[in-house]
Amino acid sequence: MSTRLQTGGRLLNKDVPLNFTFNGRKMQGYEGDTLASALMANNQMLMGRSFKYHRPRGVVSSGAEEPNALINMGEGTRFEPNQRATTTELFDGLVAESQNHWPSLEFDIGAINSKLARFLPAGFYYKMFIHPRPLWKHVYEPFIRRSAGLGKAPKMRDSDTYEHFYAFYDLVIVGGGIAGLMAAKAAASSGAQILVMEQSAHWGGRCVVEPDQINGKDPEYFIQDLVAELTARPNVTMRTRLMGAGVYDHGYLLGYERLRDHAPSEPGPRHRLWRIRAAKILTATGAIERPLSFAGNDLPGVILASALRDYVENFGVSMGDRTVVLTNNDDAYRTAIALKAAGLDVPVILDARSAGGGALAAATKKLGIRVETGKAVAFVKGRGAVTGVAICDQAGQGTVLEEIACDCLAMSGGWSPVVHLWSHCGGKLVWDEALAMFRPDPEKAPLNQKGEGFVLAAGAANGHFSLGAVMQDALQQGAEAAGITAASQSLPEVDQTAEAAMEAVWMMPQGAGVKLRSKAWLDFQNDVKVSDVQLAAQEGFESVEHAKRYTTLGMATDQGKLSNINGLAVLAGALNADIPAVGTTTFRPPYTPISMGAIAGAARDEIFQPVRQTPIHDWHVEQGAYMEPVGQWRRPYCYPRADETHQDAVAREIRQTRNSVGLLDASTLGKLLVQGPDAAKFLDMLYTNMMSTLKIGKCRYGLMCSENGFLMDDGVVVRLDEQSFLCHTTSGGAEHIHAHMEEWLQTEWWDWKVYVANLTEQYAQVGVVGPKARDVLEKLGGLDVSKEALGFMEYAEGWLGAFDVRAFRISFSGELSYEIAVPAEQGLAFWQALCAAGEEFGIMPYGTEALHVMRAEKGFIMIGDETDGTVIPQDLGLHWAISKKKSDFLGKRAQERSHMVDPDRWKLVGLETLDGSVLPDGAYAVGEGENANGQRNTIGRVTSTYFSPTLNRGIAMGLVAQGPERMGEILNFPDLSGNEVKVKLVDPVFYDKNGDRQNV
Amino acid sequence: MSKLQTQDKPADFEGIARISQVSGLGMLTLRGDFSDKKFQAGLKKATRLSLPVPRQIEQAGGLSLAWMSPDEALLIGPEDEVSEVLPLLEAALKNCHAMVVDVSDARAVFAISGGAARSVAAKLAPVDMRVSGFPIAEIRRTRFGQIAAAMWLPAEAEIRLICFRSVARFMFKQLCVAAAIGAEVGDW
Repeated sequence: MSTRLQTGGRLLNKDVPLNFTFNGRKMQGYEGDTLASALMANNQMLMGRSFKYHRPRGVVSSGAEEPNALINMGEGTRFEPNQRATTTELFDGLVAESQNHWPSLEFDIGAINSKLARFLPAGFYYKMFIHPRPLWKHVYEPFIRRSAGLGKAPKMRDSDTYEHFYAFYDLVIVGGGIAGLMAAKAAASSGAQILVMEQSAHWGGRCVVEPDQINGKDPEYFIQDLVAELTARPNVTMRTRLMGAGVYDHGYLLGYERLRDHAPSEPGPRHRLWRIRAAKILTATGAIERPLSFAGNDLPGVILASALRDYVENFGVSMGDRTVVLTNNDDAYRTAIALKAAGLDVPVILDARSAGGGALAAATKKLGIRVETGKAVAFVKGRGAVTGVAICDQAGQGTVLEEIACDCLAMSGGWSPVVHLWSHCGGKLVWDEALAMFRPDPEKAPLNQKGEGFVLAAGAANGHFSLGAVMQDALQQGAEAAGITAASQSLPEVDQTAEAAMEAVWMMPQGAGVKLRSKAWLDFQNDVKVSDVQLAAQEGFESVEHAKRYTTLGMATDQGKLSNINGLAVLAGALNADIPAVGTTTFRPPYTPISMGAIAGAARDEIFQPVRQTPIHDWHVEQGAYMEPVGQWRRPYCYPRADETHQDAVAREIRQTRNSVGLLDASTLGKLLVQGPDAAKFLDMLYTNMMSTLKIGKCRYGLMCSENGFLMDDGVVVRLDEQSFLCHTTSGGAEHIHAHMEEWLQTEWWDWKVYVANLTEQYAQVGVVGPKARDVLEKLGGLDVSKEALGFMEYAEGWLGAFDVRAFRISFSGELSYEIAVPAEQGLAFWQALCAAGEEFGIMPYGTEALHVMRAEKGFIMIGDETDGTVIPQDLGLHWAISKKKSDFLGKRAQERSHMVDPDRWKLVGLETLDGSVLPDGAYAVGEGENANGQRNTIGRVTSTYFSPTLNRGIAMGLVAQGPERMGEILNFPDLSGNEVKVKLVDPVFYDKNGDRQNV
Repeated sequence: MSKLQTQDKPADFEGIARISQVSGLGMLTLRGDFSDKKFQAGLKKATRLSLPVPRQIEQAGGLSLAWMSPDEALLIGPEDEVSEVLPLLEAALKNCHAMVVDVSDARAVFAISGGAARSVAAKLAPVDMRVSGFPIAEIRRTRFGQIAAAMWLPAEAEIRLICFRSVARFMFKQLCVAAAIGAEVGDW
């Protein structure tokens, strides 16, 4: 029976009671409680069910290493599963539910798995669900899916916000216990900029729980003074609720800060991910107590000895009135002393060591507590909670000598330094035989980019356990981390009790038979027992990494913090190998689970991904344009009016433009200024065309191929003057082509005198398109836009109305067309002036779909439709754009390869369905017979397809084997249902074949 | 300079720092061989500015010249002054292989103001924002979130940052999120 005590509770503020619910039941705790301590105070020992066997689970630790007390926290948009009750700070209104049971925590159908344990050993998944094979999809998989997982999956979008924070320090100290704080003190005098981070809300770590005095006083006072001293230093930053999550190359450290989990009603981000670059990292991360492996060690009421005294001291709660203490070391005796001081009963201390303990053991005997040496627990009595223990000899096989009633069993199998952050980036460990633990090997620290160690360990994390040794080590490591010699300051006076040697106990009792071993738990969350690890070894999974995956030991949300060492020791025993030879599995970040929200940071909703808008964007939106993404840009697809469908709108826009005049926002097109004495030479290399012959004031449509010969971009090049060219690129290609140009200039032709500037954003660009385009511009006045002054594929600079313009006679629609660039700031005003001037001609804007249809009607190719990275200009009938006179250009040689000149390559043709329907995107033309895979042979595919309002029928372009030689042939492009669709191969130019209309 | 909202009020947000848009600035992209004496002399003649070393901003009168790359610098100043100096610079650099081009409209400029300015920037840019890491009159080309940007501090508690005008609205939104009430970083 767990309960709140009258004494203890140094972290509590009893003046502030807090209300919360657990499984719908109202409970009360205090400010300062964790959810775990509050549940214990309310006599709620059963907190969840284990993963595989659904065994009852109670809290076994007091910290982040907790494998059992996992909670579905919160509701609605703030719901989150798998929260550890031990690290959840209580707040008013907290809503918690236990996990992994149905229909209820107390009566769980899943517990039947436990009865079938004999048939569900480790590795049963691999054997059970293999045969018969057909049953996998409809029987096994659904069954596994339904029983998989611990907590419930959230169903609503997370309403909390998150952020990142980039920070740089000379030294980051992870851990705010005595070691971290003393190291900070030693390092601070160097003036280095230091961050000290502590994952919990409190400084001091373990020392404030233990009674050993510092300078003759309670350690709490020493810690308070030390924290105040450090906080006052301008070069030291102290932060709590900030966990060191991972250590990565080059001193990169992730910190996970929980800002609002304890105060959810306050505004601000819930979590902050610190992305830190530290010259040095010091891990003062402490040590975690190990359980002992004996039958029934997973029952609620069995708890780590140090955790129990944490609850008694920090939260004033006890797990039970009568506690048996079980240990292989001296430290657990402190729990007996603490319990006795709280007025609780300790019927016996069972010390597995035949020699027993040292001074602490003597102290407990003085308190009148019974101590038995060489004794062990054979099994725990109780169903759902501890009711007693059966005692045996540790050296024997488990014959019961005596049974003692109790409602709590505090166990200690020794301590494991927390070496995770040390190990993340390659730090190696050394096995300490005397203390039966792995600790950092100082000779093998993780190395930075200079080949120097950049991580240090101090205190218990470095394998020191007595208070004096911890402080000494911390001062030394702190000084070293700051690159100074340790100041010869006298250490504070410390009460120290010498401890007798511990004895490694990997199985209790030592000769336990299979019946006991199959109830001795290693991994409480995933339900892995001693017998499972032994089975893995027996089946040949001898590597510790294989044994882990075979048994799932250490693969649960606690990442094996309580099970790894015990497990690998059992494996070593089964293989008759030394523990260091077996080794540990790889430690990987994060140290404990961090929220997905923290990783995503602020990027969500409107700021999920950058959105690029032209200067005319708002106007489009106000007109009701349907916007589509083009790369990161938003462009109007069409401007539906009233009840129009998109198809209607597109048809109207096209008709208006071809018959009168339309407006296109072309601002997104790339505009690259290429300037210098070698600019012409440079462009001759980049384009397939001869650009050096382009006259000033003229425009030329150019193709750019990759080194590999494939067509990658197209656009019109304008010669502004002798040494200046303006290269237009596709909307999605501007940055890519700019980078492409810079790469070749910087790495290959670095002595050529050329500069490139990306002016895409400097100008807004508007297409004024249609037979009335000239009339509209003449109304604005200024520049001479007559055919004589500004002919097709020419350019001119000047004023149109009040606007400073460059006008290009370029046509993508095949109509009389002016593309006009103005400084971006003038873009919207210019657009509006054109709308006003064009009103009498019925001017209207057209979007990207009308743009695409009109160019398709003219047989103009689109990068990304007719090209897919494997298409060359020769496939598209663009031989005219490939200079025969140039000795070299990017792609020339590649296009001479045999596959590139193969006459069987698919080539561009126009496609007309015989019935006038619109071919679907991606449709294939089928040929005779089948290929080696039994699929119909294909001889062509559709690359662009639209309904043409100009021709009132479907039109398409495609690539077909020997296409241009098969004009007039009828091919079959089956639809998705397999029906035949007859298609005639035609000239890809469907409209105005001679190009008269753009020339007027 | 790009103005986020030409009709209504300019973008302005008061959170843990003040986020506002700056207008009235002109910019020129200048490219050339920084080691060329003629280039340096031409620049000095037209603008009174010297070439900056990496990460530095040179200043002369109302004009600043920021280092952008080993062969690129950005001239920044009041709109009118910049448009006056453009033809002077073109003339002065006529005999060098150089490029001077007006990019005054290509960018949006923002100010992050107040004691928390450095911490707000640190949420979005992987830059050492400590006073010791980023002194006044240095420029950093970096990213803010997923957007390319450059920033400098004209004075303590005052950050200027530039990005392309097409993402001005996006930048403003993410700056406001970073500067939201409740998002104070505190001591760091």
